[in-house]
Amino acid sequence: MLINTIFSGFGGQGVLSMGYIFAYAAMSDGRNVTYLPSYGAEVRGGTANCTIVISDEEIASPVASSPEFVVVMNNPSLLRFQNVVQSGGIIFLNATMIDARPIRGDIELFEIPANDIAKELGNERVMNMVMLGFFIKKTGLVSREAVEKTLEDTFSPRGKTMVTLNKKAFMEGHNYD
Amino acid sequence: MKKVFSRPRSLRKVPFHYCPGCGHSIIHRLVAEVIDEMGLREITIGVPPAGCAVLAYFYFDFDMGESPHGRGTALATGLKRALPDRLVFTYQGDGDIAAIGTAETIHTANRGENITALFINNACYGMTGGQMAPTTLLGQNTTTSPGGREGLRDGYPIRLSEMLALTDGSAYIERTAVNSPVNIRKTKKAIAKGFKVQMDGLGFSLIEIVSPCPTNWRMSSHEACQWIEKEIIQYYPLGVIKDVTKRGQGC
Amino acid sequence: MRGNHVVAEAAIRAGCRFYFGYPITPQNETPEYMAAALSKLKDGVFIQAESELAAINMVIGGSMAGVRVMTSSSSPGISLKQEGISYLAALELPAVIVNMCRGGPGLGNIAPAQSDYFQATRGGGHGDYRNIVLAPSSCQELAELTMEAFDLADIYRIPVIILADGMLGQMMEPVEFPDHKNPKKLSPKDWALTGAKGRPGRVIRSLILDPVLEEEHNWKLMRKYERIQKKEVRYETFLLGDAKMAVVAFGTAARIAKGAVQKVREQGLKVGLLRPISLWPFPEKVLVELGKRVKLFFVFEMNMGQMVEDVRIALGRDGDIHFYGRPGGVVPTPLEISRIISSHYLRKRL
Ligand SMILES: Cc1ncc(C[n+]2csc(CCOP(=O)(O)OP(=O)(O)O)c2C)c(N)n1
Ligand code: SF4
Repeated sequence: MLINTIFSGFGGQGVLSMGYIFAYAAMSDGRNVTYLPSYGAEVRGGTANCTIVISDEEIASPVASSPEFVVVMNNPSLLRFQNVVQSGGIIFLNATMIDARPIRGDIELFEIPANDIAKELGNERVMNMVMLGFFIKKTGLVSREAVEKTLEDTFSPRGKTMVTLNKKAFMEGHNYD
Repeated sequence: MKKVFSRPRSLRKVPFHYCPGCGHSIIHRLVAEVIDEMGLREITIGVPPAGCAVLAYFYFDFDMGESPHGRGTALATGLKRALPDRLVFTYQGDGDIAAIGTAETIHTANRGENITALFINNACYGMTGGQMAPTTLLGQNTTTSPGGREGLRDGYPIRLSEMLALTDGSAYIERTAVNSPVNIRKTKKAIAKGFKVQMDGLGFSLIEIVSPCPTNWRMSSHEACQWIEKEIIQYYPLGVIKDVTKRGQGC
Repeated sequence: MRGNHVVAEAAIRAGCRFYFGYPITPQNETPEYMAAALSKLKDGVFIQAESELAAINMVIGGSMAGVRVMTSSSSPGISLKQEGISYLAALELPAVIVNMCRGGPGLGNIAPAQSDYFQATRGGGHGDYRNIVLAPSSCQELAELTMEAFDLADIYRIPVIILADGMLGQMMEPVEFPDHKNPKKLSPKDWALTGAKGRPGRVIRSLILDPVLEEEHNWKLMRKYERIQKKEVRYETFLLGDAKMAVVAFGTAARIAKGAVQKVREQGLKVGLLRPISLWPFPEKVLVELGKRVKLFFVFEMNMGQMVEDVRIALGRDGDIHFYGRPGGVVPTPLEISRIISSHYLRKRL
């Protein structure tokens, strides 16, 4: 099984760390994984994105032709990636930030108001973890435990509150319906 | 109604791509204003660097010729020798002018090339993501001086302007800053003076402009301006370093 | 682990304690890692030079002193290093030089490209010389080949170039670092300048005014290059056993090509992949052998056609060689490549 996912949004929306945590968790789950970020000029001010490929076999190309899943955090990302999703694929959409909806009929759409939920938790910046929780729950690509472990490893250098906050945001997204 | 604030003729109608609070935007504007006020737009050739200001040619509405990293003054030398009656200036970051291009800079000054170098000192490498620059202060944290710059390991912050003042070919050298309205006004005057020295054929002129890089200093714009006042200016004092138009000054 | 970090960590594990470089995107994470890691080691030295010219000359100095030394950069900076690399070759000094290639010519951009193939494999600077050029295609290989590069450099006293690209530098994949053991055939560096304590002074120089002696020096280098061509060819094959068509690609392009080959295999087309790992020495013999049974070749590179010339030299008139290139930092998808592969395949009615 080979699954391609693209995470995309504004530079400041934390899409690269979303992808990183997903990739890292997949690795802890014993899968093969590649994480390919957009970098440099593209990141400064513009939109950032990253491609994560996970597979049980060796991964040939880290570049995805037509991903199974696309996570979009802002309008430009939806415009850019709605047409590359595989037929039968899924778009995960941040409903707080995106007014438009994809027009294709052959894909599925899951929405979550990630910013609103994060705001309720007291810090809008953890919207990326809300979205990640939602994405993991719906796709079941990696185990919840692996993500929680990864969140601990990643955020513990920045203090306990950061770990708790990010875990909480992740669980909010996970439990959202 | 009298218009008190408008876009200089020498600036194109495009928004700057620089980060909020970045000194490059202010300095671009000053350069354009001076060139307009001196009526030099049509004889100006600018040389942008490799650095955050590499895209300066998108903003300035006069001739611009891109230089390889650090070679600006050498390239400008060629331009000026071929077109001696033009205003030729380089626009260079501290990495560009004081690290990779030090040799070119010193020898251009020493030849007394009749050009003006605008040297933007932001104490770091902006474009490549905040590495140590030759002007980075001792103890200053950058991505390649983690834990702070140490003189005996990483070298000391270089005073390029003072060094260049020692060359017989340099005519006018001044250090200014763009961290406050007063200093911005002084910077504008200094740029005008540098260009005037060039147009009078007196030799090499250089204006070092201490400029905030809030992004890589990891500060707000306000904090960055204060940091210039409290730290950078202490090491890099502002003022005229050499002026051949005034007898008895300089070294 | 990120590719640029992998290079740095691998170098340190291979015993490299000296790093000289100058910042340039997309490889800045390598010097940054080195700055942090080497400052923690008692014998570590990191210098951010004032330019690539200075950096490569620092590398020459370190190598003369007999230590393992590395520099890294990306295309424009590698151009500046060419003078120094020519001296390293002439002086027969070991060194490892990493090029995270980006789009060019000129300042170009910071996107991944393979446009420095000629520069790396033909020498790059002035004079008649070669570098060993290794082209990894994954983070794991970045680790293994960087470590191996130091050994090859020491064994043959030659500059070794790791030719990767911005994508490999920025990408993250799990990596297992192999244990590094110095190879047995490594002889002591009895040529290094260490101070003439109890022995006559040593000289390392490249100025040889007598043309006959300079010619002799050139032939000596040439014999070394022939030894390397015999012993150090590296490549990977993928599904070539029953193939009627062979794709040839290296580095990042080979990853994409592999994905494309998998796609066309699903359609029942008998296509395989040859991936040169050592770009110099180029796996010429393998191609010649392959040319005896495969008649259709397709070369894919992220440039305007450089390695394809080596493929043509190897195959001569045998075989039908097609090329597809995306220069300037564009990274095509496996789907795009698979479509071109199948159109060639079907047109030829294989
Ligand atoms: C030969 C070469 N080496 C490295 C680079 C990468 N590079 C681009 S700009 C820059 C330094 C920028 O710093 P500075 O000159 O201080 O200008 P700033 O961006 O801070 O305005 C570097 C190292 C390059 N373009 N060419
Ligand atoms: S990185 Fe620094 S110098 Fe560059 S545009 Fe941003 S604030 Fe200005």
